[in-house]
Amino acid sequence: MNDVLLEAREVSKSFNGVTALRDGRLTLRAGSVHALCGGNGAGKSTFLNILMGLLRRDGGSIRRNGVEVSFASPGDALAHGMAIITQELSPVMGMTVAENLYLGREPTLGGFFVDYRKLRKQAQALLDRLGFAIDAGRVMSELSLAQVQLVEIAKAFSYDCQVIIMDEPTSAIGERETETLFAAIRSVTANGAGIVYVSHRLSELAEIAEDYTIFRDGAYVESGKLVDIDRAHLVRGIVGRELVAVDKEKRPASDKVCLNVDGLSRKNEFSDVSLQVRHGEILGIYGLMGSGRSEFLNCVYGLTSPDGGNVLLDGKPLPKGDPAATIRAGISLVTEDRKDTGLVLSGSVRENIAMAAYPSLSSLSVINGRRERALADEMIGKLNVKTASQELPVSSMSGGNQQKVVLAKCLSTGPTLLLCDEPTRGIDEGAKQEIYKLLDQFVRAGGAVIVVSSEAPELLYLSDRIAVFKGGRIVAMRDDDNLSQETLLHLAS
Amino acid sequence: MNAQTLTTPATATVAPRQRMRTFIDRFAMPIIFVVLCVVLAFSSEYFLTARNLMDILRQTSINGILAIGMTYVILTKGIDLSVGSILAFAGICSGLIAAQGHGLLAALSAGLLAGAVLGAVNGFVVARLSVPPFVATLGMLSVARGLTYIVNDGSPVADLPDAYLSLGDGKLGPLSMPIVIFAAVALLFWMVLKYTTYGRYVYAVGGNEKSARTSGIGVRKVIFSVYVVSGLLAGLAGMVLSARTTSALPQAGLSYELDAIAAVVIGGTSLSGGTGSLVGTLFGALLIGVINNGLNLLGVSSYYQQVAKGLIIVLAVLLDVSRKKQR
Repeated sequence: MNDVLLEAREVSKSFNGVTALRDGRLTLRAGSVHALCGGNGAGKSTFLNILMGLLRRDGGSIRRNGVEVSFASPGDALAHGMAIITQELSPVMGMTVAENLYLGREPTLGGFFVDYRKLRKQAQALLDRLGFAIDAGRVMSELSLAQVQLVEIAKAFSYDCQVIIMDEPTSAIGERETETLFAAIRSVTANGAGIVYVSHRLSELAEIAEDYTIFRDGAYVESGKLVDIDRAHLVRGIVGRELVAVDKEKRPASDKVCLNVDGLSRKNEFSDVSLQVRHGEILGIYGLMGSGRSEFLNCVYGLTSPDGGNVLLDGKPLPKGDPAATIRAGISLVTEDRKDTGLVLSGSVRENIAMAAYPSLSSLSVINGRRERALADEMIGKLNVKTASQELPVSSMSGGNQQKVVLAKCLSTGPTLLLCDEPTRGIDEGAKQEIYKLLDQFVRAGGAVIVVSSEAPELLYLSDRIAVFKGGRIVAMRDDDNLSQETLLHLAS
Repeated sequence: MNAQTLTTPATATVAPRQRMRTFIDRFAMPIIFVVLCVVLAFSSEYFLTARNLMDILRQTSINGILAIGMTYVILTKGIDLSVGSILAFAGICSGLIAAQGHGLLAALSAGLLAGAVLGAVNGFVVARLSVPPFVATLGMLSVARGLTYIVNDGSPVADLPDAYLSLGDGKLGPLSMPIVIFAAVALLFWMVLKYTTYGRYVYAVGGNEKSARTSGIGVRKVIFSVYVVSGLLAGLAGMVLSARTTSALPQAGLSYELDAIAAVVIGGTSLSGGTGSLVGTLFGALLIGVINNGLNLLGVSSYYQQVAKGLIIVLAVLLDVSRKKQR
């Protein structure tokens, strides 16, 4: 079997006596894209980190081209033709694209001086070959998040590795960039490279991958060809049970307007946005990256101040540019990036849940410890957060559970309107479903929700109405039942 | 030792070897502290006497008070290099008021106010003007020292009244006044950090500023306030020091910021903000006090004391780093 690039068997790892991975297995064929599926906490990240030499395995075997290997560092793995693209971007923002791509292996003149001309040419050639429309001479900090992600992807390709591991490569890029990425993937696999592809977006997997392997609870569940199974089978394998759908039809419609936005504008971000959200309703906002959708939410919430326009909450004008006052008025924001803006990673579960609610948990600014703990317990129970104790740091939790903590923090101030920016980004199918259910319960209890998402199926599934953002404006407001993913994408691009 | 009883329930299921490791990581500083004390107790019969222990506490009190304010600042990911200069400025200001016979209360208020005002300037420059804390307080280090010389033409204030001097040599029961002040300040600021919303916000701002902002926390106000706290406590320390040395010196507190930062760092508070504790800082300050005292008792030159202190600072951070790497 010399067309097997990488074979891992019974790989295991535990941290401080807690097993993270019991039985990791994967067989990567040359010229294929292999989807590695599993929920958060399934052991995927641990497994990938072991493959790349970031962690050392406790047991099991890894064979590269049939030879037993054990990498001590990512550099070691690279030397064996294995590269990884991670979720966490780590570019040097002050350097140019070209400098970043060849950091540490710059072409030199006389072994000492950097040959900038050659560097630039080499980098541009790479980007062009991959079909990424980025100028190699630009400084990283001038690029959009999606472009930065593409540069990171290009860097992994630049090593000409035979094995490339992609951990959620599309989490930060839009649909169009995704197509470019897929074209690049197809061209390298045609040359015999193998790709391990991790993504929570199942429709993506169906499009790009041939083989699949499912992990659940730290162990291998099954593997095979994607063409042999359907989506429901895959979801069942990942979640381990059937999913209950949100009962969308019977959601009661109320006439009471909760949020009324009138002509809200902010220079260079969005202009003249008007919309209404009623109690008992979930309004979806769809738009590509850079359409102004997140900026709109941040502005309503008060993180930025609008240049013009008004926002009324239950008929009362909302204070501008003051998140604390917005929270008091009854609005919470579930932010886009839980690690960047959602959580204090060094803090405990309890502290994170209570963070926004301290004014109501204290008298004369002395915190009532009992009420704080009771709130944390209540939220942990209500949202089904999986943690041994509310004192554990949130950094030790899986993405799905972290996101539930963010949601718990937002719910603990007792809001009437929830603003959710990509509420399920990078979390597993099971946790997603739980979050959908929570949002559904929230509006059924009389609340209102605005959800911003770049995943069209999610919005179609969740929302009563969908507003489409494009170039900072609302270009469509749809509530038809037969709205399709294609229509949304068409309206937005 | 009784490793069993000291481990927390969360780590109780861990294998013995790892448990030992966790234990060492967690209690490394207290262990070093105890070992050092035992060694000193055997090498000098004078070390464990009540009088010497009181001396250590009294000598630690100035640095301890500074380190408490420094802990607040460092928890928000900041740094305050100006505490030594603010200490001198507040000492001279309150000394002048006291020497002119305005009474203890006026003198104390003047010193605290002088410290708080300079701290507020630091806070304004950092929080409002977004100047990096290192640079802002480095500027203040020089400005405040200059002001100290300007205020009294570079001369010390020597004729301090007895009421003022009692801050340094007064006693409350067996405890001398600096120790009492130090303990009271430590208790107060420990409680604020642990039990108030403000304390929680200090941690949140240092842990993740963006998240704190999204949670409706007035991030700038919190950052501003920690520099006021640091300045205020530097002012207090300045008065205690003047009283102890019986005169307010314009060159007092030179490079005291380094010992204060060292105490915070040895105490396990991370310079990247968000994690740490005041209890750790107190341990750190005491450790520095014991090293200075112990090496004095053993007749080791103060040159070696500097070397020992430096090594311990790096060792403390090294332990912290290795603890993080383990994950």
